[in-house]
Amino acid sequence: MTDNRFFNRSELIGILVLAVFLVVVLPLTLDVFRLNLVAKYLTYAFVALGLVICWGYGGILSLGQGVFFGLGGYCMAMFLKLEASSVENTKIQSTPGIPDFMDWNQITALPFFWKPFNSLTFTIAAIILVPGIFALIIGTAMFKRRVGGTYFAIITQAVAAILTILIVGQQGYTGGINGMTDLRTLKGWDIRPDHAKIVLYFFEVGCLFVCIMIAQFVRHSKLGRILVAMREKEDRVRFSGYSVANFKIFAFCIAAVFAAIGGAMFALNVGFMSPSFVGIVPSIEMVIYTAVGGRLSILGAIYGTLLVNFAKTSLSETFPELWLFGLGGLFIAVVLAFPNGLAGIWGDYVQPRIDRLIASRKSKPDGWTDSSVADGAPAE
Amino acid sequence: MSDEANKGLLSPLRRKLLMGMAAVPAITMLPRASFAQAPATSAVNTTGLAVTDTEVTVGILHSATGTMAISETGSIEAEKLAIEQINAMGGVLGRKIKFIQEDGASDWPTFAEKAKKLLVNDKVAAIMGCWTSASRKAVLPVVEQYNGMLYYPTFYEGLEQSKNVIYTGQEATQQILAGLNWIAKEKGAKTFFFIGSDYIWPRTSNKIARKHVENVLKGKVVGEEYYALGSTQFNSVINKIKLTKPDVIFTDVVGGSNVAFYKQLKAAGIDLAKQPLLTISVTEDEIDGIGGENIAGAYACMKYFQSLDNPNNKAFVPAFKKAWGEKTVIGDVTQAAYLGPWLWKLTVEKAGSFDVDKIAAASPGVEFKGAPEGYVRIHENHHLWSKTRVGRAKLDGQFELIYETADLVEPDPFPKGYQ
Repeated sequence: MTDNRFFNRSELIGILVLAVFLVVVLPLTLDVFRLNLVAKYLTYAFVALGLVICWGYGGILSLGQGVFFGLGGYCMAMFLKLEASSVENTKIQSTPGIPDFMDWNQITALPFFWKPFNSLTFTIAAIILVPGIFALIIGTAMFKRRVGGTYFAIITQAVAAILTILIVGQQGYTGGINGMTDLRTLKGWDIRPDHAKIVLYFFEVGCLFVCIMIAQFVRHSKLGRILVAMREKEDRVRFSGYSVANFKIFAFCIAAVFAAIGGAMFALNVGFMSPSFVGIVPSIEMVIYTAVGGRLSILGAIYGTLLVNFAKTSLSETFPELWLFGLGGLFIAVVLAFPNGLAGIWGDYVQPRIDRLIASRKSKPDGWTDSSVADGAPAE
Repeated sequence: MSDEANKGLLSPLRRKLLMGMAAVPAITMLPRASFAQAPATSAVNTTGLAVTDTEVTVGILHSATGTMAISETGSIEAEKLAIEQINAMGGVLGRKIKFIQEDGASDWPTFAEKAKKLLVNDKVAAIMGCWTSASRKAVLPVVEQYNGMLYYPTFYEGLEQSKNVIYTGQEATQQILAGLNWIAKEKGAKTFFFIGSDYIWPRTSNKIARKHVENVLKGKVVGEEYYALGSTQFNSVINKIKLTKPDVIFTDVVGGSNVAFYKQLKAAGIDLAKQPLLTISVTEDEIDGIGGENIAGAYACMKYFQSLDNPNNKAFVPAFKKAWGEKTVIGDVTQAAYLGPWLWKLTVEKAGSFDVDKIAAASPGVEFKGAPEGYVRIHENHHLWSKTRVGRAKLDGQFELIYETADLVEPDPFPKGYQ
């Protein structure tokens, strides 16, 4: 493996397997309803991907990724809500043409900070910039003062709690605890019917692969190595002349932007945004997805997210009253038995066997994989 | 109502003749009576719902886990009981009701996801479900898009009306206005202090209450405070109450916050026997957690109390306890949830079809005489006509009925002059 390549051979295979799994296998085997659920799960995969860089490589545990997921999601939802609140759609309100929850809260004119969200270009910029700048501010305030580790994790939790309270409290401007519901069209294109769900799914998978590539690039660049070095021995990196704070801020900002993209995708795919994705509990859940998948593995995090969410849905459908125990058991089992998550299981048990198998059949051409691999287990 | 009018037009002789004619085929077909009752599936289900010759599937969608589980469990139990009773009576259009239960997990997007699953995957004929306004708001676009039928049990803020929803609880004006009128007259109340949880239902309810107090009762609102959901610190507002000395404390604090609120009120020396307090959010379920001794003397304003003395309720309460345990209590929403499957059955039979469009159209005018609360009828706007009652909390956690409106109160989800 050389430094200037984005990925080595086994990573390339892993990414291709994931691509086949998401682009070919799932759309062919699932109906639109289940595919839309996968799209919803994948929105969290963006967050998990960010956490791999920030937590897995950088060693910065953020328990407040819901904040950025929420900011991205709310930016998107504001645009969609404005489009759904045309004068025609809202003529039963006392003030037509403003979102319904504003009308319920006796607000009679669109607040100034809502107005730019009439523009899609502004919205897309805001989805990236608002969380990015917010992360920059938090990161600068914390890392420049050398606040790290547990303290940082607690502060991100506090931020998540504060933002939730703010959104719930300012319900006239944000929709409060109900969130923003009934999102309908994107530039006149109805996002609710089945064919739109399929288009959105592929769009989302495309965005996910762009983010995977960025993550791969960061990981294999010099930057990625400094992040790992920092995680292992921060002082040594500092004494070597690197500005530790700036690298940390960068990793945190990347994670924030990924999470925000996930949030925006969520609003598009689910047609819904609410403070229940912003708070402490969802933020911790997002860390769990990463932990189950393996925090050191870019692809593992994605499989982990899919697996946990799939388990959540199917367990809750089968055992509506007991499913939380099953889910809890799954987490405990993974953390106790496999601290490196799914990717750890793969790397420790499956990969060596495949390697042996390949070694024993040297005559086969490169790139050949066992058919069991194609099913999309994590490859690291 | 219109049925009775039609019957009046028939002469007694003609009626007898008709009955005789009707009896002839009924006797010859007696062994196959059940078959004769059940119309062909293709006739009653033209839109591909989960209806077979012997079964019809409905969905139950509440939180069985999470913070709302404590409130929603009663609704689940009531709906299951109603379905069981309907099945024991022979089902709907000759078909037994089968239900699929999904867990909303106190999480609004999960509600939307599960509602979609029930409608798209399971093709349920109706959904009995949701509790909080937030969960209903999340589910509403889904039932409208996929043309489902939702029976929603909770008293709520109004400002909503959908072809695809039947609201079996009271909307805000129905619940609040009669209670305020009563307390103003009975206690000569002129000043009110509002305390609520901070979300759409308390805010809208208080807005309506304020307009009514100021414009109709010519009274004054001396304070209006909101607390975040789950909040447990009410000391500052209790101090304000002591300073402003309102004639009535009007509360719509929800969920677990109630426990802290009433305990702190008692600890601060406010005696509810002397200080009138009117709540629109405490049912028998909440008193279970608050403790009867902490809330005895408070007035609650809603449409149902477990202690109601009428034949329907006297059959309902023992049946419920038999099914779910002697210690269970039945609150307003639980009773409203019990109405859901019954109203759906009656509507299906009136429409002669499971098709959602036909049910939506047939709903107005459907009346349920067996309701534990007495008698209810569906209004044009898909809400229920119902009586409003005021009860006084007793030490044992039950309410003693103090007042009820003489007539059914008309539901008015978009009240003029209160917006």
